Amino acid sequence: MSEKETDKKAQEFLKGLWKENPVFVAVLGMCPALAVTNSAINSLAMGLATTFVLVCSSILVSSLRKVIPKQVRITAYVIIIATFVTVVDFALAAFTPSIQKELGAFVALIVVNCLILGRQEAFASKNGVVLSIFDAAGMSLGFTFALLCIGVIREVIGSGSLFDFPLFGAGYEPWVVMILPPGGFFALGFLLFGFNWYAGRKRKKELVKA
Amino acid sequence: MNDLVWIFVSALLVNNFTLSYFLGLCPFLGVTARLETAFRLGLANIFVMLITAACAYALNTWVLPYAPYLRLISFIIVIASTVQFVEMAMKKLSPTLFKALGIFLPLITTNCAILGLALFQTNKGYGFWEGMIYALGAGGGVTLALALLAGVREETRLLNIPKLIEGTAFNLIIAGIISMAFMGFAGLFSS
Repeated sequence: MSEKETDKKAQEFLKGLWKENPVFVAVLGMCPALAVTNSAINSLAMGLATTFVLVCSSILVSSLRKVIPKQVRITAYVIIIATFVTVVDFALAAFTPSIQKELGAFVALIVVNCLILGRQEAFASKNGVVLSIFDAAGMSLGFTFALLCIGVIREVIGSGSLFDFPLFGAGYEPWVVMILPPGGFFALGFLLFGFNWYAGRKRKKELVKA
Repeated sequence: MNDLVWIFVSALLVNNFTLSYFLGLCPFLGVTARLETAFRLGLANIFVMLITAACAYALNTWVLPYAPYLRLISFIIVIASTVQFVEMAMKKLSPTLFKALGIFLPLITTNCAILGLALFQTNKGYGFWEGMIYALGAGGGVTLALALLAGVREETRLLNIPKLIEGTAFNLIIAGIISMAFMGFAGLFSS
């Protein structure tokens, strides 16, 4: 493998993590990002489930990209995605029933996560299998990272614990609103605010340099 | 009778699809720049949800008991094709209605709120009429949330908002405040 090729793969992988982060930059896949992030462990489970679905369907879509007729491609993608989501749903129900119960219908709703369909349409349908795997892995890890950020903030403030370990001792009065629905909106709103601030400052620095 | 009213109010206010289940957020943040558009999108949502509830009921009664693993796939395909079919029929029969709602229909056919409705309805084991009322309440709730956010956004257009927080971050914080107000409905029923 030449150096240039490795470089390209690394690029496809890294862009999803930070520069084109699906939640913070592209604002895709918002429903699960807010609905199940009331604790860190749920966020992690949701992120990993999405990772599995995205990587598997990217592999299948990119290897079938020359076979699927153009007119029915979206339908074909949706069926492929729905198949993998069904697999994840049944696997979670079999191995970790408690998490499956917490996440509820939101595991099934991974099907309509616009991030997944978006990657198939924008990347996997035009690129080879290996590149698509790197792209899918980067994007979904970026998604998991964003979910974990929101989940950690909400759990630490809202229940005073992290991965179910109490952090502050008995004197801490949890700010319950953060684990309720409004907390999701606030956490993501302020995270986006921080992200904008960071991106703006970086841009200013580059301008000064130039 | 009382049950139906309870289902309706619960879906409309207490368990509002957008504000407490976070379903259908993409249009909630994307299409709420103007009140009128948001309202029409909401109406289209009610319309699709009613079709969805009927489809989901039919699938749950006649098909899925024999093949439970087909649940997701069959929901998506049946709902999407029925909506497309109704869209064509509407174009032919009532062009005015089509003009008002038509452009939104493809946007929301496989929106998470629509699939979510079908799944929740299945989980709760609703019959036909219960499902229809549930769909009406949920659609009304989505319309209400869209109209509220669009109303606030129209009012804030002339304000001098700091550049950093403009856009999605600002909308999310408004949505959070509206959602907090909706939490007040949680005590509406004691059962």
